Order: sequence, then C-alpha cells, then structure tokens
Amino acid sequence: MILAADGGTAGIQAGAEVKVRVRDLNVYYGTNHAIRDASLDIEQSQVTALIGPSGCGKSTFVRAINRMHDLTPSARVSGSVEIDGVDVYSRRVDPIVMRRRVAMVFQRPNPFPMSIFDNVAYGLRVNGERDRVRIAGLVEDSLRRAVLWDEVKDRMSDSGITLSGGQQQRLCIARVLALRPEVILMDEPASALDPIATVKIEELIAELRRDYTVVIVTHSMAQAGRVSDRTAFFLDGSIVEVGTTTQIFTRPKDRRTEDYITGRFG
Amino acid sequence: MSLELDSPRTVEVSQRGLTARQAIADRVFRIGLVAATLTFVILIAGLFAELVHGSWESLVAFGPKFLWSSEWNPVTNHFGALPFIYGTVVSSAIAILVAGVVGIAAAVFLAEFAPPAVARPISFFIELLAAVPSVVFGLWGLFVLAPFLGSTVDPFIQRYLGFLPMFSGGIYGIGLLTAGLLLALMIVPTVAAIARDLIQAVPNELREASISLGATRWETVVHVVLPSARAGIVGACVLALGRALGETIAATMVIGNRPAISASLFAPSYTLSSVIANEFTEATSSLYLSALLELGLILFVISFIVNGCARILMWSMLRSQGRRP
Ligand SMILES: Nc1ncnc2c1ncn2[C@@H]1O[C@H](COP(=O)(O)OP(=O)(O)O)[C@@H](O)[C@H]1O
Ligand SMILES: [Mg+2]
Repeated sequence: MILAADGGTAGIQAGAEVKVRVRDLNVYYGTNHAIRDASLDIEQSQVTALIGPSGCGKSTFVRAINRMHDLTPSARVSGSVEIDGVDVYSRRVDPIVMRRRVAMVFQRPNPFPMSIFDNVAYGLRVNGERDRVRIAGLVEDSLRRAVLWDEVKDRMSDSGITLSGGQQQRLCIARVLALRPEVILMDEPASALDPIATVKIEELIAELRRDYTVVIVTHSMAQAGRVSDRTAFFLDGSIVEVGTTTQIFTRPKDRRTEDYITGRFG
Repeated sequence: MSLELDSPRTVEVSQRGLTARQAIADRVFRIGLVAATLTFVILIAGLFAELVHGSWESLVAFGPKFLWSSEWNPVTNHFGALPFIYGTVVSSAIAILVAGVVGIAAAVFLAEFAPPAVARPISFFIELLAAVPSVVFGLWGLFVLAPFLGSTVDPFIQRYLGFLPMFSGGIYGIGLLTAGLLLALMIVPTVAAIARDLIQAVPNELREASISLGATRWETVVHVVLPSARAGIVGACVLALGRALGETIAATMVIGNRPAISASLFAPSYTLSSVIANEFTEATSSLYLSALLELGLILFVISFIVNGCARILMWSMLRSQGRRP
C-alpha cells in the first residue's frame, strides 16, 4: 500500500484495543521452566518490543503466541494466548489456520530454495489460493510493501537464496505479508544483518505499524527505542515490567529494568 | 596481532620458520592429493582401454550391429548384445523405480515423522540389510521370493492386468520382475539411508518458516524439505542404480538366464553381468571371449552415461535453487 513514512514511533496508545492477551503463560522444555507466569497485553496496531538479556525467554515467549512449540516434542505450554478473545490453545482452534493470521519472521533470514516469486507465493498456495492472477497481484503488492520490489522485479525467477542477507530478510517479510496477517511476530529480525540492512528493516517495521500488530524481539535497546511503542522487559523467564517505550527507557519503575537499561548488567 | 607488539622479532622468526616448513608440507600434501586423484583417472582410463583392446576382435567382427543383434550362438560364433542390454536395463529400471519410491518414503518417515524410539531400530535394520552379502540375497530370492511371486503375486497381477503385454505370458517365478524386485530390495537401504541423512540435514529453519506460514507437516515435507534435498537424493538413487546395473550374482540366480527378449516382465531374461560371469570360463574361441568383453564394455558405457546424466540433472537442480554445484 502507501509508503508514506510518518516518522514518530512512540506515542499513540490511548484507548488502543488489545489484540493479543497472554495470561499466566508457562513454557517448559523438559524440566527447564523457560517462561514463568507471564501475562502481557499486546495492543492493536502498535509495535511491542520484547527486551531482556540473552536466554531470558523472549524467543520462547513469541513462539508460544503462534504455537510454534507444537513442533518441539520436549516443549510444554500452559496458560492462555487469546487473539481477539479466542484462546489459540483451545481445542476449537486449528493451529494451521491460526498461523495464517499470526505470522512470524525469524532471526536468520530463511528463504526457501525456490524462486523469489514462489517464496512469496508459498503461503498463499499452501493456504489454498489457486488463482494465478490473484497470486501474482498479491506477490507484487507484498514485495512493494516490503520495499523489495524495485530490487527484484526483473529477477523474480531467480532463487531466493541468491539475494543478499538484508534482501533475504525483506523477502521473508514479504512472504509473511502476502498472507495479510493480523499479527506479525519478529524474533530479532535484524540481528544477522549489517547496519544498512538493519536501518531498512527498521524503516519497514515503522511502516508495518500502520496496518499490523507487531511484536519484535530485540537484544538492542536502541532498536527497541527506535521502532517500538511499547516495551516489555524480560528477565529469567518472567516479565518484569511493561509500559510505553518512553516510560520504560526514561522512568523505569523496577530496579532491575533500570539496571538493564543503564547497562549495569546483561 | 597483539603478540607482535610484545616481541616483534621472535614472532617474525618463528613465523618465517613455520612458513617454510608449512610450505613444504603444503606442497607434499598437494602432490599427494593430485597423485591420488590422478590414480583414479588413470585407473578408469586404463580399464576402458583394456576393455576396448580385449573386445577389439568382436568390435571388428560385428561392428555396431552387436548392439541390436539378438543372436547369441557360440557354436556358429554369432554374437549380439541386445537381450543382455534389455535384461540389464529393464531389471535395473524396475529396481530403481521400486527402491526409489520405497526408499524415499522410508526416509521421510524416519526423518520427519517417526519418534526416535521407532526410527532408531528401523534405521539399524536398514543398515543391516545393506550389509547382507549378494549371494544370500540370491539364495533368498531363489528359494523364497521367486516361489512366492510365482505362486501368488504374479498370478494376481495377471488376473487384473494381464491384458497389458508386460504382464502377459507364462509365469515361472524367476524372471525379469523377480530380478528387478530382488535388486530393489538390495539397493533400497542405500536410497533410504542416504535420503534420510539428507532430509535430516535440511535446516530446521526452513521447516519452521513453512509451518509458520500455515503449511501442514506434509506440505512442508513435499514443498520445502524434499525439494531442498532433491539433488542429493538423485545422487543417492544413481549410486543405488549403479549397484543394480552391475549386480551379478543375485540377478543371475533369479532372472532365468535366457538370452531372449520378451514383452512380459514375467519371462526369464539375462543381464550383461550375468552372462559374463556364467560364460567367461567356457569361452572357447577368442571371438567368444572378445564378445563377452564387449558386453563388459557396454556395461561400462551404460554406467558412464547414467552417471553423466545424473550429474547434469543434479547441476541443473542446484542451479535452479541458486546454489553453487
Ligand atoms: N528447543 C529448546 N529446547 C530446550 N531448551 C530450550 C530450547 N529453546 C530455548 N531453550 C531454553 O529456554 C531458555 C530461554 O531461551 P530463549 O527463549 O531462546 O531465550 P532468548 O530468546 O531470550 O535468548 C534458555 O534457557 C534456553 O536454553
Ligand atoms: Mg532468542
């Protein structure tokens, strides 16, 4: 859609609706209790950053939202994750259908070893879209939104893995956008990229905020400050503090948050 | 280098000493590698030359007609390779078709779906199967598989598909189909074990990406995992096919050893390697011997072509995925 930047990242939160409501989430890997009674409200059309030292459970938390732990035999999840009021762990919810609405971008760019076009069309095809014209339209639109179209429009049949790392990550974002998801989960999406590619991803996230609810895990506090509206601070599997990014960074309520923000540990 | 700051001279001296020694080691190592590689090239070239030399008399006597002549008569000294080429190609084709499908299915099951408690013993069994000597397969084929196929499976197939020429005619138990299936059993461990390893080596991130886009486990396997491992799996199949093409003793024991071409897969046949093994000791005339060697040459060339085609196929697959072959 429209690519007009609106610059500001913090702000707008008054009266925002809760899109994802996590309650008393616990995740275990075997006997390792990785998430402990975590509760969090993720607001619609906002960017929520999850920060905290490495190993504190940020990835585990986001992966619980779209039920990626279903793939890990040792992982066990309890508690609830409601999206628009429906618990994704309830028996009425088909995780295959749900994941189309709650998309995920991973830490390392992971395009499929197929053409750029097929990469973006993949999610549409496995979700039953057969109309070639519609697919082509959505592929182009998604690539435009991911600000990759101009770089790849003449080489759509080249393999996705021939792109640079930053381009690959934007391809992965385009792949996700093609599904028109409601929530986009990003697990350190720029940590494997160089500074210029990182800036592009951050600009893109600022754009996405207009139409999507974004959750981004980041180990960089500067990045959280640049892209997010709200920030949750994780420590040892628990959520220590949640608030607007400005508040967390300037007036943290919890001592441990302050220590982390000011670089006294982690 | 931080060391250099502390004591630049010592570092320099020791570096130079090391470099000189390393250079020699490096050269020796490289020469060794080149020599080892050249040995293979020389061996293969020598083998080819020797086969051509040995079959020269036959090459001159029969010319290209040797390839499409069906006569094999040591008494009149008339020789042709067609029945053997046919038997070899068809039995190996059956083998690789069956082993490819079964092997890849087993590999997918073991790598993607089976819990470790199931996958481990089955994997062990498959590897065990690969270690069974050919002659044991041959015995089993002759005394168990052939009678079973001849009395139950073949008549069953014929009852429903007998209108097809490939399933018509008399049923003997031994024959092309039996040989093909026995060969399939012998090469299926190769396909299954290599394909399983290749599937396991596909990065988990690709599976997660696919699942997170709303694909099922099956869609993920079919559209992402298998295509990622495709080139390697083709390689595994070629390796297995190579074994089927050259397999001698087991095929000899169940194929019937009759140099005839029949449309029916139930009919007895003969393979290139079988006839060489069977008749080598009784080749009385030099032309006879030369004809047998020419069969060996043909087998060599067939294997060469199969491998070449597979190489090209694998290259084009890797290139279409954007990887460097
Ligand atoms: N697949 C897994 N199996 C077992 N333990 C895991 C797995 N993934 C993560 N963990 C453990 O869970 C804890 C939280 O990890 P993670 O969510 O990856 O942290 P973060 O993303 O904040 O660095 C760590 O102690 C980690 O060792
Ligand atoms: Mg992580």
